Amino acid sequence: MSQKKPEKLIDENDIRYDGRKLNEMRPIKIEVGVLGNADGSAYIEQGKNRILAAVYGPREIHPKHQALPDRAALRCRYHMAPFSVQERKSPAPSRRELEISKVMREALEPSVFTEYYPRTAIDLFVEVLQADGGTRCAGITVASLALADAGIPMRDLVSACAAGKAEGRLVLDLNDLEDKSSDGADMPVAYMPNLNAITLLQMDGMLTNEEFEQVLNMGVEGCKQISQLQRDALRAKYVAAKEAAGEKEEEPEEADE
Amino acid sequence: MSSVMAAKVKAKRVAQLIARGKRLDGRGLNDYREIQIESGLIERAEGSARVRLGKTEVLVGVKIEMGEPFTDTPNEGVLTVNAELVPLASPTFEAGPPDENSIELARVVDRGIRESKTIPTDDLVIEPGKKVFVVFVDVYVLNHDGNLIDASALAALAALLNTKMFNYEVKEGEVKIKPGYKPLPLRDYPIAVTFAKINDQLIVDPWLEEEQAMDARLTMAIEKDGKICAMQKGGYGTFTTQQIIEASKIAQQKATELRALVVKE
Repeated sequence: MSQKKPEKLIDENDIRYDGRKLNEMRPIKIEVGVLGNADGSAYIEQGKNRILAAVYGPREIHPKHQALPDRAALRCRYHMAPFSVQERKSPAPSRRELEISKVMREALEPSVFTEYYPRTAIDLFVEVLQADGGTRCAGITVASLALADAGIPMRDLVSACAAGKAEGRLVLDLNDLEDKSSDGADMPVAYMPNLNAITLLQMDGMLTNEEFEQVLNMGVEGCKQISQLQRDALRAKYVAAKEAAGEKEEEPEEADE
Repeated sequence: MSSVMAAKVKAKRVAQLIARGKRLDGRGLNDYREIQIESGLIERAEGSARVRLGKTEVLVGVKIEMGEPFTDTPNEGVLTVNAELVPLASPTFEAGPPDENSIELARVVDRGIRESKTIPTDDLVIEPGKKVFVVFVDVYVLNHDGNLIDASALAALAALLNTKMFNYEVKEGEVKIKPGYKPLPLRDYPIAVTFAKINDQLIVDPWLEEEQAMDARLTMAIEKDGKICAMQKGGYGTFTTQQIIEASKIAQQKATELRALVVKE
């Protein structure tokens, strides 16, 4: 469904058209353990973005020649649903999706102890059900939780957030309209807060040196905020599981004969 | 990671229980699993719905775009149904172009909607022979626990009921989109009902372990007046004519029950 384009994205009081301040993130809702079949899964809503991630593995690798002798092969597929965007997107993977799959894998691999599972595959699927700018970042955030939910040993959670520029002003967590605005820039950052390590950095648009530094700091600060939400979501799953286990003592399985 | 042997043991267990009129999950032979329907989750889509059928989970998004009519039907809009067995839905699904299972799923869902003339395709013509509306129904399987056909058909119907059509006018051959939306008028509400045959016994709504144990599968799409508008048999087994007639009677009854969950009249 089409959205109306406002005349100005940022008003004279530094309020963005969706009501946010310049350094304010969109509302985020995260759930862990949402899919029955996957070994690990998570779901995120960030503004209008709606993204599911699932992990299968470590499992046997096919085709065999992709096996790595010293570590697991982390394989990542970022994909958008045909109905996730304004104009229907063909379900065949686009060049953009292939590139994002690659940078996403490289953003997450540093966090995983792949050396514990040589010759296996860890398959990570990220499905964008609805897109509104910043899906690669939200995708990394949710994928990292799915890996944790699968019980895969990790050095840290990876959190991702974009910062950039819209109509000449520096802003955090750009949505689709802001991303496409004039005199803009978009810089996705992925970050492991406990290790203080950036695992993904991309940029398009135009930034001065000074702006670049500010935007990078904004991005990292955004990642730190997201990291806290990730931890809360992960904890919430185990609290819920513990409560459910406490309630039901007996097995509901019907006795045989 | 169930091995071949484990699967055989499970299949035997499923069959033994059904011979005694029971099912592994405690349902009666003609009972559906619990059904949850949520509509309008995807604002970007003209229509959308998610159906949970037990642990099976399907999301359907409807998009409407302008396109060309088929040359043999210049005065009709176009309906396209596509299904994706997304790899996050099952350890057995792989990324890549649609395989025969996803093509069959899409085509069975398509047939139910098309043959019941649910979509008013004659109303979707902008300029005969040149420009019409194309209704894309995209089925997205999110968790596979059996009976994808019924879950997908139900989600497709719920998404179509939730679909908004944009207002437009044609001026000198140019289409102008006007503000506001109206519901896409539907002419029927087809419901798919799927049976599995295990041990020569029919059961409705097979879940994954029953699908793995079944000899054959039979789907019937039922219109709102009880007529059958589409059928599909699957699997290597066979049915007798009595079994098929019995199935059609159960299907009509089940379709009425399921329809009441989506169509609020």
